[in-house]
Amino acid sequence: MTVLTLPAQPGQDAGHAVRPVPWRRMIWVTWAQHRAMLIGLTAVLGAVAIFLFAMGLYVHHNFSALMACRPQASPACQALNSSFNSTDWTIANTLDILMNLAPALIGAFTGAAVMARELETGTFRYAWTQGIGRVRWTIAKLVLLGVAIAILTWALSQVFTWFFAPFLQQQDTLTVLSATVFDTRGIAFAAWCLMSFTVGAFLGMLLRRVIAAMAATLGVYLGLAVVTWVCLRQDYPVALVTSNASLFNYAINRQSGAGGGSFPSTAPNNSPWVLSTWNVGRTVWWRYIPVSRFWPMQFIEGGWLLVLSVLLIAATVWLVRRRAA
Amino acid sequence: MNVIETGCLGKRYGKSWALLDCTLAVPEGGLAALVGPNGAGKSTLMNMAVGLTVPTEGTVTVLGGRHVGSPGALDDIAFMAQDAPVYKNLSVADMLHLTKNLNRRFDQSFARARLAELDIPLNKKSGKLSGGQQAQVALTIALARRPRLLILDEPLSALDPLARQDFMATVMTAMADDGMSVLLSSHALAELERVADYLIVLGGGRLRIAGDIGDLLAEHLMLSGPAAEADAHAARLEVVQDRRAAAQAHLLVRSAGRPVPPGWEAHSVSLEELVLAYLRAPGSKPAGARTEPAEVAP
Repeated sequence: MTVLTLPAQPGQDAGHAVRPVPWRRMIWVTWAQHRAMLIGLTAVLGAVAIFLFAMGLYVHHNFSALMACRPQASPACQALNSSFNSTDWTIANTLDILMNLAPALIGAFTGAAVMARELETGTFRYAWTQGIGRVRWTIAKLVLLGVAIAILTWALSQVFTWFFAPFLQQQDTLTVLSATVFDTRGIAFAAWCLMSFTVGAFLGMLLRRVIAAMAATLGVYLGLAVVTWVCLRQDYPVALVTSNASLFNYAINRQSGAGGGSFPSTAPNNSPWVLSTWNVGRTVWWRYIPVSRFWPMQFIEGGWLLVLSVLLIAATVWLVRRRAA
Repeated sequence: MNVIETGCLGKRYGKSWALLDCTLAVPEGGLAALVGPNGAGKSTLMNMAVGLTVPTEGTVTVLGGRHVGSPGALDDIAFMAQDAPVYKNLSVADMLHLTKNLNRRFDQSFARARLAELDIPLNKKSGKLSGGQQAQVALTIALARRPRLLILDEPLSALDPLARQDFMATVMTAMADDGMSVLLSSHALAELERVADYLIVLGGGRLRIAGDIGDLLAEHLMLSGPAAEADAHAARLEVVQDRRAAAQAHLLVRSAGRPVPPGWEAHSVSLEELVLAYLRAPGSKPAGARTEPAEVAP
C-alpha cells in the first residue's frame, strides 16, 4: 500500500496553478483599446487649456492695467474697472460654470463606454475568456484610465486656477472656499473627474447600455456635487470657533439657505466662510472656516472622492465577476 | 480525462429554463458536436463552460476537474463566441497583438501565416472585414493561443459553403497537429457528420442524448415488423421512436446486442435519423412542471 503514501504527483496539478499573465501587458491593451478616447480627451482638454491660456493673458493684462491705474477715481480707471467687472467677469464666470460641469461630461464620455461598449457589442465574450482573466483585465483598465484622466484634468485645473486668479482678488464675494471656485482648483477638480469616470464605468457595467450609463452618470455627478455643496463641505472637521469679532468687523453675517452659511457681501477675498453665529450673553460667537484651511479641505475632499473611486472600481469588478448573462 | 463535465447543470432566465438537468462528460480528443435546434440551450451550455454565464444549479468543470473561469482553465481554453466578436475599431494586426498580450502563449508566426494564406490584410480594420473574414480572424486568434480545448459557438453560420470547408479543414489540421479537443455547436448536423467523434444533442433545454458517435450508431437499430406485435416489443425494448403505419410498425430502439424478434427486420440508422428521432421523442419533451426553455442570448 505504499502507493497511498506517495506524495501527489507534481505536474498533475500544474494546469491549475499557472503563472498569471503580467499586469504590465495591460498597459498596451488599454492603450490599444482606448487610444481614440485618450487622444480625444487630450485634444479637447488641450484645446481648452490653450484657450484658457490665451484668455488668461488677456485677463491678466487687463487686471494689471486696472491695478496700475492712477488716480483710481479718474474716469479712465472707472472705465477699466467696469469693463473688467462686466466683460471679463462674464467670460470668467461662464468658464467657471463650465469647469464645474466638466467632471460630469468627462465621466459620461470616458467612463460610461469603458464597460458598457464591451457588453453592447458582445466583445466581452472575447475579452473575458482570455488567459489574463476578467478581474485583472477590469482592474488594470480602470486604474490606468483613471490615473490618465486624473493627470490630464489636474493639469487643466492648474491652468484654470492661474486664469481665474485676478477675479478672486477683484470679486468681493469670491474666495477659494466658494463652492464654484473650490472645485476647480487644487486636487478637487482631478478627484471629481476621477470619481465621475469610475461612476460612469460602474453604471456602464450595471446598466449595460452606453447611452443610459452616460445619462445616469450626469445625474449621479450633479446629485453628488450638490449634496457636497449643500451638506457635506461645511461639516469637514476644519471649522473654528471664536468670539473675536475683529475677524468679522466688516460683516453683517447673512445666513443663506442653501450653503448653511454665507460670505458676507462686502468681505475681502481672504474672508473666512462663516458657518453660523450665536450669542452667549452679550458675546457674539462665530463658527467659521478660514481660507487658510483651503488645503486641509482639499485633501479631505480629494480623499473621500478617491476612496469612493476605489470603491466604485471594486464594485465594477464585483459586477464583472458575478455577471450572469 | 474529460474536457467538459457537467452534473445536473441548469440555467434559468427569469421563469424559463434555457438548460435543465444536464449531466454529461465530453471525453478528451476529437471533435464533439453540440447539435440542436435554435433555442435548445447550446450557447447557454457553452457560455457556462467558459465561465461567461453562472449556472443556476448544478456543476460544471473543464479539462479534468478545473474550475470554470480559473486561470488554469482560461489559459488552456480558447472560445470563439457566436457571431465572432472582434474589436471593430482595431486592425487585424492589433487584434493579434492584443490577444498576444492577454495570454501566456501566442503563436504570432502561425497567426500571420494563416491570415496571409487567407488573404486577410493585417492593416485592415476588423470592422471592415466581411463576416466570413471576421470569423476566420477570430478562429486564427483562438488557434494561435494553442489551446487544449477549443470551443466554437455556431462558427459556421456566417460562412459560405466554401469557407465552411476551409474553416473545418483548419480546425481538423490543428486537432491533428496539437491533439487539441474541440467542442463545436451547430444547428445543422450535415456538416459535422463526417468529422465529429462525439455527439451531444440538446432540445428544448434538455440533454436528449450524448455519446461516442460510433457507439451510438452501433447501439441503435430500426426495427420494422407487424404493427400487431409492436406493443409487446415496445414494452420490452428501449424505444426511442415509435412510428406506426396501418400494418407496419417502425421502432427505433436502443438495444445493443439484443436479438432481433423473429419476423422483424432490422437495419442500421443514419446519424441524422438518430438525432431527429431523439429531438422528436415524446419522452424527452421539456418537463411540464418547469416552463418551456427559451434561447436567451447571454
